[in-house]
Amino acid sequence: MAQETLSGWVRKLQAREISSRELTQLYLDRIERLDPQLNSFITVTAEQALAQAEAADARLAKGEQTPLLGVPIAQKDIFCTEGVRTSCGSRMLDPFVSPYNATVVERMNAAGAVMLGKTNMDEFAMGSSNETSFYGPVRNPWDTERVPGGSSGGSAAAVGARLVPGATGTDTGGSIRQPAAFCGITGLKPTYGRVSRYGMIAFASSLDQGGPMAATAEDCGQMLNAMAGFDERDSTSVERPAEDFTAALNQDLKGLRIGLPTEFFGEAGLDERVRGVIDAAIEVLKGRGAEVREVGLPNSHLSVPAYYVVAPAECSSNLARFDGVRYGYRCENPEDLMDLYTRSRGEGFGDEVKRRIMVGTYVLSAGYYDAYYLKAQKVRRIIADDFRRAFADVDVLLAPTTPELPFALGAKADPVSMYLSDIYTIAANLAGLPAMSLPAGEIDGLPVGLQLIGNYFDEARLLGVAHQYQQETDWHTRVPAAFA
Amino acid sequence: MEWETVIGLEIHAQLNTVSKIFSGAPTAYGAEPNRQACPVDLGMPGVLPVLNQGAVERAVMLGLAINAEITPRSVFARKNYFYPDLPKGYQISQFELPIVGLGHLDIELEDGTIKRIGVTRAHLEEDAGKSLHEGFEAMTGIDLNRAGTPLIEIVSEPELRSAKEAVAYMKKLHSLVRYLDICDGNMQEGSFRCDANVSVRPKGQTEFGTRAELKNLNSFRFVERAINFEVERQIDLIEGGGTVVQETRLYDPDRDETRSMRSKEEANDYRYFPDPDLLPLVVDTAFVDRMRERLPELPDAKRARFVEQYGLSDYDAGVLTASREMGDFYEAVAAGCDAPKLAANWVMGEFSAAMNRSEVELADAPVNAEGLAGLLARIQDETISGKIAKEVFEAMWNGEGDADAVIEAKGLKQITDTGAIDAIIDEVMASNPQQLEQYRGGKDKLFGFFVGQVMKATQGKANPAQVNERLKAKLDG
Amino acid sequence: MSVDTSEVRRIAHLSRLAMNDDQARDFAGGLSDIFAFVEQLDGAAIEGVEPMAHPLDAEQRLRPDAVTEPDRREAYQAIAPAVEGGLYLVPRVIE
Repeated sequence: MAQETLSGWVRKLQAREISSRELTQLYLDRIERLDPQLNSFITVTAEQALAQAEAADARLAKGEQTPLLGVPIAQKDIFCTEGVRTSCGSRMLDPFVSPYNATVVERMNAAGAVMLGKTNMDEFAMGSSNETSFYGPVRNPWDTERVPGGSSGGSAAAVGARLVPGATGTDTGGSIRQPAAFCGITGLKPTYGRVSRYGMIAFASSLDQGGPMAATAEDCGQMLNAMAGFDERDSTSVERPAEDFTAALNQDLKGLRIGLPTEFFGEAGLDERVRGVIDAAIEVLKGRGAEVREVGLPNSHLSVPAYYVVAPAECSSNLARFDGVRYGYRCENPEDLMDLYTRSRGEGFGDEVKRRIMVGTYVLSAGYYDAYYLKAQKVRRIIADDFRRAFADVDVLLAPTTPELPFALGAKADPVSMYLSDIYTIAANLAGLPAMSLPAGEIDGLPVGLQLIGNYFDEARLLGVAHQYQQETDWHTRVPAAFA
Repeated sequence: MEWETVIGLEIHAQLNTVSKIFSGAPTAYGAEPNRQACPVDLGMPGVLPVLNQGAVERAVMLGLAINAEITPRSVFARKNYFYPDLPKGYQISQFELPIVGLGHLDIELEDGTIKRIGVTRAHLEEDAGKSLHEGFEAMTGIDLNRAGTPLIEIVSEPELRSAKEAVAYMKKLHSLVRYLDICDGNMQEGSFRCDANVSVRPKGQTEFGTRAELKNLNSFRFVERAINFEVERQIDLIEGGGTVVQETRLYDPDRDETRSMRSKEEANDYRYFPDPDLLPLVVDTAFVDRMRERLPELPDAKRARFVEQYGLSDYDAGVLTASREMGDFYEAVAAGCDAPKLAANWVMGEFSAAMNRSEVELADAPVNAEGLAGLLARIQDETISGKIAKEVFEAMWNGEGDADAVIEAKGLKQITDTGAIDAIIDEVMASNPQQLEQYRGGKDKLFGFFVGQVMKATQGKANPAQVNERLKAKLDG
Repeated sequence: MSVDTSEVRRIAHLSRLAMNDDQARDFAGGLSDIFAFVEQLDGAAIEGVEPMAHPLDAEQRLRPDAVTEPDRREAYQAIAPAVEGGLYLVPRVIE
């Protein structure tokens, strides 16, 4: 049963072959039984989910057809959910029961989705392995000694193990795509501004973007239809006419121009086996009529260093509001105001968050601003310009999502080696482009992700290419044996 | 040694929008603590700012009124520091690219000369909340109702040379923001606040001395006193062999002194950077033109017009245009009675005196423009004399009705009937035979006695000119 | 570039993060690695390039000046660590 995709459930619910209540119960049971192996959920909202399911069933009975009516989903614990703890994976927000909903949550509620709970994540979305969560690491369903990737590792593991048919994620430097690759699922980071950031706890405001994570491209399109849209509460939200992101799913690939950025294949550190998987995927797309050529992104090697200036700078400021005064963690018996601040923050944040706050504080401070922050902002533009030039010649860029296979828990102890895990994903965030990862193979029983990067607002085309690939392959249908 | 004072003012004017600069919470003053603070104002997780059009409109109007450049593409930046009344840990402000660029304001010095003061810039930003220290043991209470109230910070060039000039500049700007109706100007409630950067240097020296920033100057009087105190302090310090340190000093009106603010002692590193939650603010020429059309007549222009149109002295025109309300009031009175000079005398004289006595503002005065014009019209048409008018005005002020009602009720209508006046004169002459004889014997001075008697007999209501004329005829006849 | 513990303590203070000496030493290592890594930016060809603050070339949208937020003080303060009389409490601030 749990092998069914989100789109499949939408059809079955509409056909009244199953009720939302039954479906919700089915997944709640799976979570209860299987999640102890994964730790993918921070909070399970069973009671609320069943109530939402019953309301959805009533609407289904009336013939309503909102996009996700009755479908169980999970929200990454970065999205504010009214009346439900919204921890962002941090001790700092462990006591934070949000008094309002994120726009994404509002929209998904309106679309009839049933929220099963809140998924685990790296603390404040800072991490690539889900090991920085206050609630403990998430484990990869394909090998529980390995990491699921991060920061949306809870959502990726839960979908990968089919504990939920779809979940939301956020992607600041690869936090949807890298865990999607590691857990064998499909995940899309939309164009910056597509999905409202209101109520999505900010890490790096000019990079953060919410998106769908599910088994297939079609699922992601259906979820994005509910998630995306202009929001007057977010100044950076894009005002564009509503779009059906599933519209191009069945478009064939004849004449599609796919660009292979040489820099994403030549770099040291790309596992040869991963390379082999990507090469095979390219052949599949060629077989469907796509034309493939090499393109250059000559400044892409600067994307990780630029990111580790820009993102910490924004994070140092965004996380200043967590001060123990109005909500969240407050230290015991503060002696004075300074003590309240430094201990609440010192005790409330984990090391990786502190490290990034300090990097950001440093690069913005007097005397260093030009040498770091301003320089990184300029590098950001030349990286974006590289993409602009590339998209003059091709429709879609194709690359590995990650240079290597899911690594073992604790394997990457030093920060910089962890940061390099996002070497292929970060550039799309700096430029604000849509990008996705889809499962394209297996090595030693571990999934490998294929990344597609599109031009601005070209999500429908990306999903179309992915869907065409998924017509030809079955990687997206595979579920780790322990969770089948 | 002779010293020169150098002052630059940073004036914060709260813009009178109904909602906050980045949220839809109300801005009204005086609500219960934190009842006007929404998640955006509280710096809750995940919430985002959206800019209020009303604040942008007001900023542009101010820029136009001080002949400043309006920045076509201005940028909001974050000013990062930790303070309990600053919920996000940063203030959204403008740093490198403020909405209003270089402009100027003309002030009138005591000797009547005009001095042009440069305005470096004016930028939009959000106000902070308030810390309340009373009523808690070892604790401070934080009220965030004010957090997010739109402010425009207007920064002058360091071109003010005395406390008096500083006050003149501040008063001019105060009048201007009220003319523009972009700020209520209420200094008690903190709607219009001033920080002063004060330094001294030996006369003739071109470099500036080290400055102190004075805070908490919430009245014109405090500005003057604080600056004077600070100037004295700095001179005494330097002459005593010390040096001025750059610091923030708080003015204490009770002790009439400034003192160093310990809490701000730490060197600040505000780490300004463009706010990634807000996009560049584009103000195009069409927007500027719309705001230009919305500008009211400004004080200097109105003053010149009053001289021209109503034949007033420059001084009187200056007094009557000190505030937009006063100018409007005057014009309404002048139009209502068709006697501009009489109106000016009354507005500046009796009327202003009554306001001072009763300690009321123009808007709350018990006599409105229409009422005053009605009274002055009765002087014009000789229903009453100027003297009686003061009595009528008094009654009107006390709520006894409009001019005609008071005149009627008190029977103050001027006697202009020649027959009636003649009859009274006859009576007066008959009852004062001795004086009549003396007058006719050449004692001319007694004419005044007879005028007095006639006026007394009519309780002042007889038309004085007619009384003169008829009395002359009868006494001499 | 390398960061020593005193520099770490300075940044930690500016960031309002309590930190003991051991922690400062640990962070000094990590931060030094990161700054050394970031130094790759020094070779970038950015002569005359405009800094990019936003991914999309868009303008700020303006909101009509209207009150849209109701008073929900009780809900907002239900999650506050310390309130009294509607005020958030902090240790005494000395001005």
